[in-house]
Amino acid sequence: MTNSFSMRAVLLASALAFAPAAMAETPADMLVVAHQIDDIISLDPAQSFEFSGNDVGNNLYDRLVDFDPTNLDAGIQPSLATAWEVSEDGMTVTLTMREGGTFQSGNPVRAEDAAWSLQRAVKLNLSPAFILTQFGFTAENVDQMIRADGDKVILQLDQPYALSFVLNCLASNVGGIVDKELVQSHAEGEDFGNAWLSTNSAGSGPYTLAAWRPNEQVQLQANESYWGGAPAMKRVIVRNVQESSAQRLLLEQGDIDIARSLTPTDVDGVAANDNLKIVTEPRGRILYLGLNQKDPLLQRPEVVEAIKYLVDYQGITDSFLKGIFVTHQNIIPAGYLGSTSENPWSYDVEKARQILTDAGITSGTIKTTVRDLREYVDVAQTLQGSFAQVGLTLELQQLTGAQSLDAYRARQVPIYIGEWGPDYADPNTNVSTFAVNPDNADEAKNSQLAWRNAWAVPDDLAQKVAAAVIENDTETRNQMYLDIQAQYREIAPIIPLFQRVEQVGAQRMCRTGPRAGRWPRPSTNRSRRANN
Amino acid sequence: MSDSGIGRPAPAAMAAGHGPWGRRLRGIGGLVLSLALTLFGLLVVTFVIGRIMPIDPVMKVVGERATQAQYEAARIAMGLDKPLWEQFAIYVGDVLRGDLGRSISTGHPVAQDLKRVFPATIELATLGTLIGVLVGVPLGVIAAARRGSWVDQVARVVALVGYSMPIFWLGLMGLLVFYGMLGWVGGPGRQGIIYDGMVPDVTGMILLDSLIAGDWGAFRDAFSHIVLPASLLGYFSLAYISRMTRSFMLEQLSAEYVTTARVKGLSETRVIWGHAFRNISVPLITVIALSFASLLEGSVLTEIIFSWPGIGQYITKAMLAGDMNAVLGGTLLIGACFVGLNLISDMLYRVLDPRAR
Repeated sequence: MTNSFSMRAVLLASALAFAPAAMAETPADMLVVAHQIDDIISLDPAQSFEFSGNDVGNNLYDRLVDFDPTNLDAGIQPSLATAWEVSEDGMTVTLTMREGGTFQSGNPVRAEDAAWSLQRAVKLNLSPAFILTQFGFTAENVDQMIRADGDKVILQLDQPYALSFVLNCLASNVGGIVDKELVQSHAEGEDFGNAWLSTNSAGSGPYTLAAWRPNEQVQLQANESYWGGAPAMKRVIVRNVQESSAQRLLLEQGDIDIARSLTPTDVDGVAANDNLKIVTEPRGRILYLGLNQKDPLLQRPEVVEAIKYLVDYQGITDSFLKGIFVTHQNIIPAGYLGSTSENPWSYDVEKARQILTDAGITSGTIKTTVRDLREYVDVAQTLQGSFAQVGLTLELQQLTGAQSLDAYRARQVPIYIGEWGPDYADPNTNVSTFAVNPDNADEAKNSQLAWRNAWAVPDDLAQKVAAAVIENDTETRNQMYLDIQAQYREIAPIIPLFQRVEQVGAQRMCRTGPRAGRWPRPSTNRSRRANN
Repeated sequence: MSDSGIGRPAPAAMAAGHGPWGRRLRGIGGLVLSLALTLFGLLVVTFVIGRIMPIDPVMKVVGERATQAQYEAARIAMGLDKPLWEQFAIYVGDVLRGDLGRSISTGHPVAQDLKRVFPATIELATLGTLIGVLVGVPLGVIAAARRGSWVDQVARVVALVGYSMPIFWLGLMGLLVFYGMLGWVGGPGRQGIIYDGMVPDVTGMILLDSLIAGDWGAFRDAFSHIVLPASLLGYFSLAYISRMTRSFMLEQLSAEYVTTARVKGLSETRVIWGHAFRNISVPLITVIALSFASLLEGSVLTEIIFSWPGIGQYITKAMLAGDMNAVLGGTLLIGACFVGLNLISDMLYRVLDPRAR
């Protein structure tokens, strides 16, 4: 999963309105992309929760509201809904549908389709359903809570939420609007057409699905009658090419337009080629260090503080994480509402030693485990080195992904090196896992990162997080997240270190600027599966 | 993988029958029984390994943030709450009805997946074996006939390199030179973008399909894509086949009948090809069948480097995802291939070896 696609940053990413003007080998109105797409298990928007699946879904389906990938700062933009309002009590959101939208089948897009699509996702209750059900929808009540009325879709929430939070969630892949009549005609039993929609498309987006051959390729065909105008690229082919060097060769030979999974070495090679270019795009994943608060040594605030200065941020991002990660010491990824570029810590062994000696700590041993991914092991080993300089011994044991995750879920990893990717394009997705822990008891078996690191989040921070979720003024909400992160940086034992970036190789002729064609509209949300 | 008598000159079961018909029936009965037992044993072992692997397939389906209720519902839907023997009985029952289940890593029915990935592997393996046989057998024979000569030395080095070179390195170098620098062959993938989907799918083997459709452009394109990976696999099977041929031949050439033939004044060509080679054809068939069967398992690294959507990649990926339906379906198919190939080579014995008739 290392090179897969992400979130909203991806939007940025690829504001990738890659529109090849004149291609050497591939036809001018065709876009050929090499990518690792073996993570797709379904293309049904109510089920798809993988990086590359979401990329595809983004081009097949429209949501009620969306982001402009070329201008994320502009926030939520109209899509199938043109206007929205929230009631006085903050519990009812009403969206007005666009006139004249049509599905690829020719059926008109009605409020009824939109309401049904959301109800369907809630009732199916598959991987991404929690993005909607967190607003209090259940299979039993959703027919009353989400309903269509003329050209309006009305969402009745279980408590007041920030309008921006609700809209950000509606803009994620699970909010894709499907053609009710078409999907219902393919329903088998109680599956709401899930089996059929896994391998077919029934949306109103700029592309239709021509073919999906698992582990091989996805082919998309332009929707000439798209309400936003016919896409410039008539055919888009995403080929599964696992090997970075094979992708690079294909790119150099002009057989593909875009290479999505290049290793740093091949990125350097592509950058040195005059006919090609590298486009760097931030992704949402945060690489962090989780310090388990059950460990007597790591429990001490001075140790937590000292460790922040024992990470060689510059050295690591200049060497083995070069081109894959950049330093980012905050839990909300760059590009999100509430994000900040404040990175207060630097590699400073003297300072760390001072903090520890002041607290009377001059030696100690920590035995931890690390997942056998090269990047994590490398990070762990540099830590081992800097720990040694202040008298701390770090013993490492490597585990496979599954073993490592099992131990983490059982709260048995003293220092966990891992990544977290946002599930939808709202700051709450990260804050609610890094800084929320409703019950710190072992039996609680919660999934929050705070719980896994046995960190009992202080009440005042928890209250701030809860308040930010319901703040309706977006500017105020932004400020609230800045405050939350400032406090988090001071006290939290789960330390964000780096944010992932993706380096995309492209033909020089590809236009990456303001979107000329609609493709690709990369996905806004991240897979939870990727959070392993 | 197989225990059904490969390499044995004549199936022992044959000898015990009474009369030509009885013998044949017992032969066929025994064959069917051993085939069924082999496949069943294969299923049991694969099933058990699959269940004790420390991978949670339910987690793969529901995702990490699923509630306990969601998790339980999926577990029950997948039948994982039942005792192991019952799960196995249900699975075998389904297989007997021709249902291999649905893959959780592709979302497609396993049978449909296999129908798509296996022809890609067959195409590659067949071409690879063809190259291995056409080059490896003559090379082995000549090396034996001219033992110690430069031909023998060259054959030895070729085989040694073939055995010891890491295939991913050779594959990448091959791509770099023949695709990247010289542009003689097509890049990774089975087809160029232009020809993709142009030829109607009949056998799933693009070379054959494009011939059936009479589309020479598509054929040339497909050939330019397959030639490099097939040569690579061919090289590895050549290394094995030529070494085996050489040692079989050496054994024959030192036999007395060869000396007799030479004394009688037969030409060396006649002695080698007409007498000695005819006698090694039987064990050679076993060697070739085995090497073909092992290529049919799919070569994972070759498939990854050349973006070849074959069965090796499919099963490996399914394995890592705990996708047991796909693993079992694939194993069953490959097992059936092994057994089938053994059957064919058994039959060829009877044609080639008078003692087995």
